[in-house]
Amino acid sequence: MLVLTDKNFGDEVLNSKIPVLVDFWAPWCGPCQMVEPMIEELAKEFNGKVKVGKLNVDENPQVSVKYGVMSIPTVVFFKGGKEVARQVGLESKETYLKLISS
Amino acid sequence: MIHDLIIIGAGPAGLTASLYASRYQIPHLLIGSQLGGAIVWAAMVENYPGFELITGADLAQKMIEQVKKFGAEIKNTSVLEIKQKENIFELKTENDEIYEAKTLIFATGTQRQKLNIPGEAEYLGRGVSYCATCDATFFKEKIVAVVGGSNAAVTSALHLAALAQKVYLIYRKKPLRADPIWQERAQKNSKVEIIYETNVKEVLGDNQKVTSLKLDKVYQGNEQLKVDGLFIEIGGQPGTELVKNLSVELDGEGYIKVKPDMSTNTPGIFAAGDVANAFGEFRQIVTATSEGALAANSVYQFLKGGKKCPD
Repeated sequence: MLVLTDKNFGDEVLNSKIPVLVDFWAPWCGPCQMVEPMIEELAKEFNGKVKVGKLNVDENPQVSVKYGVMSIPTVVFFKGGKEVARQVGLESKETYLKLISS
Repeated sequence: MIHDLIIIGAGPAGLTASLYASRYQIPHLLIGSQLGGAIVWAAMVENYPGFELITGADLAQKMIEQVKKFGAEIKNTSVLEIKQKENIFELKTENDEIYEAKTLIFATGTQRQKLNIPGEAEYLGRGVSYCATCDATFFKEKIVAVVGGSNAAVTSALHLAALAQKVYLIYRKKPLRADPIWQERAQKNSKVEIIYETNVKEVLGDNQKVTSLKLDKVYQGNEQLKVDGLFIEIGGQPGTELVKNLSVELDGEGYIKVKPDMSTNTPGIFAAGDVANAFGEFRQIVTATSEGALAANSVYQFLKGGKKCPD
């Protein structure tokens, strides 16, 4: 999966031509580990239509602070460089699917 | 298509029930809104035989892989409603799909208890959190509060104290109900300040993030307590929302009443894991898995009219 950082966030997310689903996570966060396989499946299902990436909040504080992420897992959906939907906490794949449809 | 069995809940109880159902060749479906169940919040599991130390999330992943290897289908969605039509149960899920089954195993666990106060939902993820191990990093040198008096609440407060500038531990009673060793550590920790016999009435913020809490009594001359974060650790409540219109009997605390074979008072409905009252307050991964196995075994006998399971 695409690894997002403070450095590449602008190019990969804000200037992306297609919508982007961003998974804010950290290695010590148990529920985050459960989110990853779900959004990986979504990445395959929406291949070419939606970009899916993950951002380690510990290594990339700038983006995390900018978007006010204070709890993980948080999954944010960006369209045209703007946040359009957000889900905090571990949810079902169905819920993440709804974010993309929003 | 009518399934022989639908298991609701994808934690250790539900996953083990599926494993056994697969081995008994019971055509079934596993529906769970939260893969792995409550154990994914466990940073360290040291009492599940075969693993000296494993994270709850890793253990959950292993169980899920094993279940899938046995060929079971897992639907990662929520069940919204269940209706009983003679001997068939009809389930409606979040994505408006309908599933039918001859038997059900409820392995719905417990849900995190919320305070249900103004501001709690609004500031979720913007200062309000239910997982100190996940989110402590966002509160380095900040002021936070933990609500609760249990082991989970006190260990969360201590975990936060390692990073935060100050941690208020707010409990509605006195003394704390955590184990004495945790109480002692909290009392000795210079960053932890315990506020007894007090409730949080409201979470206040600046629309971006949490800024303070409104208490139900004055503390140090003020009803408002300035904090950057609020961690809620007030336990769980049994996930029995779905059984309410199935006339399944609950115990005094709201857990599903089960017989020694994990059956309930309603024929065809079984329960296992944290939602069932099989072991009283003793709710462990090992009890959940064994209850799941037992429930699947009982389902087999129920479907076969009392015939014993193959081993």
